[in-house]
Amino acid sequence: MKPIIRVENLTHTYGVNTPFCRNAVDHVSMEIMEGEFLGIIGHTGSGKSTLIQHLNGLLKPTSGRILLGEEDIWADPKRIRNVRFRVGLVFQYPEYQLFEETVYKDIAFGPKNMGLDEKEIDRRVRSALAFSGLGEELLDKSPFDLSGGQKRRVAIAGVIAMEPEVLILDEPSAGLDPAGRQSMLENIRNYHKEKGTTVVMVSHSMDEVAENVDRIAVLANAGVVMSGTPHQVFSRAQELLDVGLNVPQVTQVAMELKRQGLAIDPAVYTVADLRAALCALRGGIA
Amino acid sequence: MLKDITLGQYFPGNSLAHKLDPRTKILLTVLYIVTLFCARSFVSYGIVALLLATGVKVSGVAPKALVRGLKPILFIICFTAALNLLYTPGEVLASFWIFKITKEGIFTAFFMVLRITMLIMGTFLLTYTTSPIALTDGLETLLGPLKKAKVPVHELAMIMSIALRFIPTLIEETDKIMSAQKARGADFESGSLMQRAKALVPILVPLFISAFRRADELAVAMECRCYHGDAGRTKLHVLRYQARDYLVLAAYGIVLAAVLTLAHFGL
Repeated sequence: MKPIIRVENLTHTYGVNTPFCRNAVDHVSMEIMEGEFLGIIGHTGSGKSTLIQHLNGLLKPTSGRILLGEEDIWADPKRIRNVRFRVGLVFQYPEYQLFEETVYKDIAFGPKNMGLDEKEIDRRVRSALAFSGLGEELLDKSPFDLSGGQKRRVAIAGVIAMEPEVLILDEPSAGLDPAGRQSMLENIRNYHKEKGTTVVMVSHSMDEVAENVDRIAVLANAGVVMSGTPHQVFSRAQELLDVGLNVPQVTQVAMELKRQGLAIDPAVYTVADLRAALCALRGGIA
Repeated sequence: MLKDITLGQYFPGNSLAHKLDPRTKILLTVLYIVTLFCARSFVSYGIVALLLATGVKVSGVAPKALVRGLKPILFIICFTAALNLLYTPGEVLASFWIFKITKEGIFTAFFMVLRITMLIMGTFLLTYTTSPIALTDGLETLLGPLKKAKVPVHELAMIMSIALRFIPTLIEETDKIMSAQKARGADFESGSLMQRAKALVPILVPLFISAFRRADELAVAMECRCYHGDAGRTKLHVLRYQARDYLVLAAYGIVLAAVLTLAHFGL
């Protein structure tokens, strides 16, 4: 796999020349591979949001570069809007950005800004709506009459409708109830599977990330401290705890079992894996 | 980018100017303005300037910050100066076309500029050394007597503090909404005036909705804590005049008397 986005030595400083000057992102280098499902985790204030706002050119690096494909996204600042169409960013609590009279018009806002024709816009709106798990009967309703979860799905559909090469979601399940959370993640998983596009999900819930992504990047103190497959990352549980993060509940159980003397891999992170490991163990004893 | 706007402009500090009762400072500012408008000569302007310099020195506010505050009204200052310079009748020094520059004109223009500059600097000193909350608190107490005339002083002060409290919140919110719409390709920087005005709709609608939502939540939160307006309400921090307040006010009284006396003798 080749990288679709490369972050090279990125630094972003807030409040230059004031007493509040600080680096929100400090010399970060990372790669996002084409077609992967990447999870970015980090506690509050670790620089997650600042980092992702660089990926589509909403923030300009204080120093360093962002390469999309082979091109520096700031090579021609006039074309930065194009980058935003190719790298779709869904903010945290995106439902607060809805503004149109109907759901249809709101989802069509992005594609319209791209200058597509009516027919193409119509196709994209309907397909995005389906990916977000909403029915077409909502298209003519006012977005403000919908429930919280539906509003969020409309907002996400508004970004999906641009059909970006990379979809970035900042805490897409924050504030939803457990059932809403599950179905939201399932929709995102399906979108990734069917479209085959790159998806980046930012979260601070270990369980959520563990169950969904191919690869994890851990952010702490304005830098990337670890990255790798969930198994690689969760096998370094102590380091995660040191930077104020946790490991998935399943991993916690496995670690405790290991401590109690069972010969078990402490880095398993899904219920199915733990079950398999435990069965194998019992088979081994009996 | 919106975060760079400074509002309220309060510089926290621990000087005498910061410690004075807000009421004292408001009164001083009013008296200072009166003094400024009574001054008519170099001597009395000198006294007021000395007063301002003392105030700045005591407050520890950087003079640079005060000068920066003048920038937005630079145009008004220049305009006033030009008008006074060209349209004051008196002893003609130079003339061209319909304009005449008179000796009186030069003096009036000079004093006008001095007056406006010192007026702005003096009032800035008040907002630089007094937190917005203390300021509204002081105003509420000072205007207290108006309650007898059924003026809703407490409610007005409450409205003012809530507005001040929500300015930074709404700025942050606007910033967020703008970013979110930009991520969907919204363009706020190019196009004709009409197009730019239209481009604001995707910001204004969510902003208003969120402002109303916040207002609603705040109202509920206030009700939950049994807020019922002014009647029977006490304060956590009751304003009390200290010895230093009386001293400063008394000292200022002497200066005001001096300037008024000078003005009486035409100085």
